[in-house]
Amino acid sequence: MSNNERAGLERNQGGLDHKRTMFLKAFWGLYLRDLRVLSREVMPFLLRVGMQPLLFLFVFTFIMPRMSGGNPMAAAGGATFGAVLLPGLMAVAIMFSGIAAVALPLSTEFGITREIDDRVMCPVPVWAVAVEKISFSALQSIVAALLVIPMAIWIPATPVYPHIQNWLLLALVLVMSSLLAGALGLAIGSIVPPKNIGLIFSIIVVPITFLGCVYYPWAGLSRIPWLQIAVLFNPIVYISEGLRAAVTPGVEHMPVWAILLALTFFLVLLGRFGIRGFLKRVIS
Amino acid sequence: MIVEIKALTKVYEGKQRVVAVDGIDLEVQQGEIFGLLGPNGAGKTTTIGICTTRTLPTSGTVRIAGIDVVGHAAEARKLIGVVPQYNTLDRSLTIFENLYFHCRYFGFSHGQAKERSEGLLAQFLLTERKDATPSQLSGGLAQRVQIARAIAHRPLVLFLDEPSAGLDPQSRIAMWSAVQELRKEGITVVLTTHYMEEADELSDRVGIVDHGRMLALGSPQKLKDTFGAETMIDLKLRHVEGAETVAVEVRGLDGVKSAEPTAEGLRVFATNADGLLPAVIQASVRLGLRDIAITEPSLETVFIHLTGRDLRE
Repeated sequence: MSNNERAGLERNQGGLDHKRTMFLKAFWGLYLRDLRVLSREVMPFLLRVGMQPLLFLFVFTFIMPRMSGGNPMAAAGGATFGAVLLPGLMAVAIMFSGIAAVALPLSTEFGITREIDDRVMCPVPVWAVAVEKISFSALQSIVAALLVIPMAIWIPATPVYPHIQNWLLLALVLVMSSLLAGALGLAIGSIVPPKNIGLIFSIIVVPITFLGCVYYPWAGLSRIPWLQIAVLFNPIVYISEGLRAAVTPGVEHMPVWAILLALTFFLVLLGRFGIRGFLKRVIS
Repeated sequence: MIVEIKALTKVYEGKQRVVAVDGIDLEVQQGEIFGLLGPNGAGKTTTIGICTTRTLPTSGTVRIAGIDVVGHAAEARKLIGVVPQYNTLDRSLTIFENLYFHCRYFGFSHGQAKERSEGLLAQFLLTERKDATPSQLSGGLAQRVQIARAIAHRPLVLFLDEPSAGLDPQSRIAMWSAVQELRKEGITVVLTTHYMEEADELSDRVGIVDHGRMLALGSPQKLKDTFGAETMIDLKLRHVEGAETVAVEVRGLDGVKSAEPTAEGLRVFATNADGLLPAVIQASVRLGLRDIAITEPSLETVFIHLTGRDLRE
């Protein structure tokens, strides 16, 4: 190798290092910005992620067991209804948080104000701005999901304790599910026009929650085979089942390998879809 | 060469095929203030959009300090600052934070970002409003914050897209002096405008664009000398039918370059209006002269010369 070539190579490597540093610093800057915005909204954030599991647990595991005639839902689920509900509510918290953290803000930022512009003009590839959105939303989803655990212990008439045997599995499922929710939020936020964003709740969010094996385990659908197959196209199913496997392994759940495989599949699918939509919105 | 645009085109395919940029070549020198002047829809914003990595060209290249904006968009963004047409300040952050986080996006440390933001607030007389949110600011102030934000990471070239759109006259003048101040810092400025006063007042060189093409390029004085050194006299007549006969008569007058009937009357280009005016009025008064407007040689008359249309049409 000649001296010139060596010098060129070194310069190139320096350039690559420089590029990586620039990239990381910009990404970190975007993260700090989101943290700052979130720090201003701690209360709204807690209310947003906490209200639904709080009321759900209060009504179904505190009020109903005390009602005369008992709780029909709890009766159907048996004594384990609380155990079925805990991972399900964590799944809902993850998904709602992903949509609230990405889809809703994006729809305004893309809309009239176009305030995403300054972040898009960062010295990083535009897809990285979208990835930052997903990963920051994932952080919120994880917090939201973990908040459900103490609620499930304190609120129900009979406390529901998690039985975590495999911490690695829990971490893996939590992180993958949260990223998946962020990717879903990104896909919705960048594809749906701002004026229709409210409608999305009725036609996408509510159905995928109710049909997402949140309030019942997937195995429980065995007597309705068409539905059991149909819900396999719903990514929320794997979030619920994954958390079931990690948090309440005593409740029947899908095999872990299938859950992880499906989570990966939907993460890649929705991630690609969301990032592509994002790019389309900001680059003409 | 700080900005190098070569054979740039942008075609929007669709139901209606739109050729927004149709083969623009342009070179902007370091330290220059360059104005792209043209009516709405001329392709100015698309050109700026491509230069600032937000729009992908159909063909042609743009290089900023030698860096290709399509191939190396992220690196190119370090070298450019952008003030878009609309207020895109981050509504979730205060004015100070808008500047501070912008600096962080560009790799400044906490200390550097804080120092730079405070410096910019002082420079742009915004210190008092540093804790306000963007929605509390007037259009003029918001524009100032946007300029401060755009230069916060010390870019080599600043792109301003219609910087005075929606500003009151006072804010516009304040914005002009802010842009002229940037020259002292050695920042190259490329701005688009459809106000000829703005292009004339601010720019060292002006490019006149229409229908995606560059029609003329040069210093405002050179353009006026080359294309529009004549005063324009616009006459509005009550009886337009006879305008052609008046035109023939006026063309015979000393100093008149051309005289053409228009929808409302007659348009006369002349090298010197002073002694000519009474004769022109005399000639047209029998058709019911109801209004007369005199436009001194300006980029406006240059534009009309080049396109036959007003900038505002």
